Amino acid sequence: MITVNGAGVENAQGKTIAEYLAESGYDKKRVAVERNGGIVPKSSYDTTILQDGDSVEVVSFVGGG
Amino acid sequence: MTREDWFRALEQRHSADLQERFSQASVAICGLGGLGSNVAMALARAGVGTLYLIDFDRVDISNLNRQQYKASQLGLYKTEAMKQNLAEITPYCKVMINTVKLTEDNLSLLGDYEIICECFDNAECKAMLVNGTAENYPEKYIVAASGMSGLHTSNKIRTRKLGQRIYLCGDGESDVQADGTLFAPRVMLCAAHQANAVLRIIAGKFEV
Repeated sequence: MITVNGAGVENAQGKTIAEYLAESGYDKKRVAVERNGGIVPKSSYDTTILQDGDSVEVVSFVGGG
Repeated sequence: MTREDWFRALEQRHSADLQERFSQASVAICGLGGLGSNVAMALARAGVGTLYLIDFDRVDISNLNRQQYKASQLGLYKTEAMKQNLAEITPYCKVMINTVKLTEDNLSLLGDYEIICECFDNAECKAMLVNGTAENYPEKYIVAASGMSGLHTSNKIRTRKLGQRIYLCGDGESDVQADGTLFAPRVMLCAAHQANAVLRIIAGKFEV
């Protein structure tokens, strides 16, 4: 099982971060992704594969300031 | 008010130990709009030693509803206007300014600063700064903001952590494009969360 933003997610295992973000409707330009305590570099979204036990946090920034 | 008067007054309120930490601290504030102008004021008042203010824009009439500028400052660069305003509050905060647009290509400007405040308004710029800083400078603390538009309840504004060194302030969801505008109190609340997170980091209190 993979945990995303505190909730268990089915069917994410084996996908890359880029695939997961696209399928979940995130805009890649507006997000920051943490996996198991560390920020995933944007350049690694295409090559980082989600594995059983991963804990992922996706932050999607909104405008205003 | 002499330098000695100012620091004595701060030490009496904060304790000498804590004030020494604040005085030694250097904080970069990226963006001087509703968030950054309020963060800068709060940190200068707390006696943070050095502030590095970065913004490329000028003060516009549309900023006065929430940003810490005055009608007399319309047309000035925000960096220069904020430096003036901070000097009027306390001339003993060292204020460095850079009138430039921060991009992926010039994040090295932040190299000397241990704590980085993300105070932009554009969502993609926010993500760029947080990702770029975290990737290139994993030892730095980043205090970012997302979600403070509209007239939603104050109580949704909060501070949370992403990993060990990124702090996220705001409600995480209210988008100015959907809400149409920003109001001073909610932006100030979010900026106050950021400024408090910065002071807590300097004080060695890392939990939220």
